[in-house]
Amino acid sequence: MANVLPEVANVYWRPRVTDGSLRRVGRLWTLSSVAHALPFVAGAVALGLAAPIMLPFAALCLAHAWAIPELYAARGARSVKPRSASGAEPEQVALGLLGDLVDHVPRELYAQTGLMIERGRLGVWLLGEAGALLLRPGGRRVNCYCVKATGAGLPPSDRVAHLLLALRTDESGFATVANLAFSGARWRVRRRLTAPARKALDAAARLA
Amino acid sequence: MSRLIRMDQTGHTTLAEWTVDDPVSAEAAVAAFRTELEQGYYALVSHGEGQAEQVRELPLDASVVILRRPIAGG
Repeated sequence: MANVLPEVANVYWRPRVTDGSLRRVGRLWTLSSVAHALPFVAGAVALGLAAPIMLPFAALCLAHAWAIPELYAARGARSVKPRSASGAEPEQVALGLLGDLVDHVPRELYAQTGLMIERGRLGVWLLGEAGALLLRPGGRRVNCYCVKATGAGLPPSDRVAHLLLALRTDESGFATVANLAFSGARWRVRRRLTAPARKALDAAARLA
Repeated sequence: MSRLIRMDQTGHTTLAEWTVDDPVSAEAAVAAFRTELEQGYYALVSHGEGQAEQVRELPLDASVVILRRPIAGG
């Protein structure tokens, strides 16, 4: 393969990510969420039918069933934590380079949200300092990844530029190297994002 | 004028500038390029949205060559 991300060699045990493997992983995440929630829902129904006095416990079971996928989604949303506020000179220099790498629309969105949008073959990506969101085609499912540039002291926009260039080099390799933190419904992740990140997610969903 | 840029703590640093007509500047750029690769940097040329090319030798005809640190899953 001409353009393989060299970092893929560091995760040699992982099969390369493809569109098909992402679909399978998405189904597995859904199945896992159902498997976590279903026993609590069944328990709630059983308790509710058993006696009216058990209704508060049934409600607790339902709350558990709701909370488990929410916790996973919250973990996924944390992968694109807000950009650290920095007006320092290195950040301004890094911002200039990052701006040169993209067109006007992604540049504007980045200025407003701290997330860089990039369309790929696997979907539409949103890149943060230490993570990425992948909106799958159709925009209903979001994959949340933890991935970052190595090395301390890099300005925030430099970290985003590192991810952007790695993604452009080899999208499948990028998704292989990154650690998947969550895969699930967009609405579930959206609720856990900051307002600027929600705006970026909506923009990505329109493109996906 | 072509540029070799390293993304680092300062935002970015221009390590070398060269033109194909000037063998001395090109030679210096190639030397700087190899040094950075030995330090663990990866080099690439961005071709706009969705495309960047990983390079192991300095492409003298490229306008900008960027050096980046490796990435890793967090």
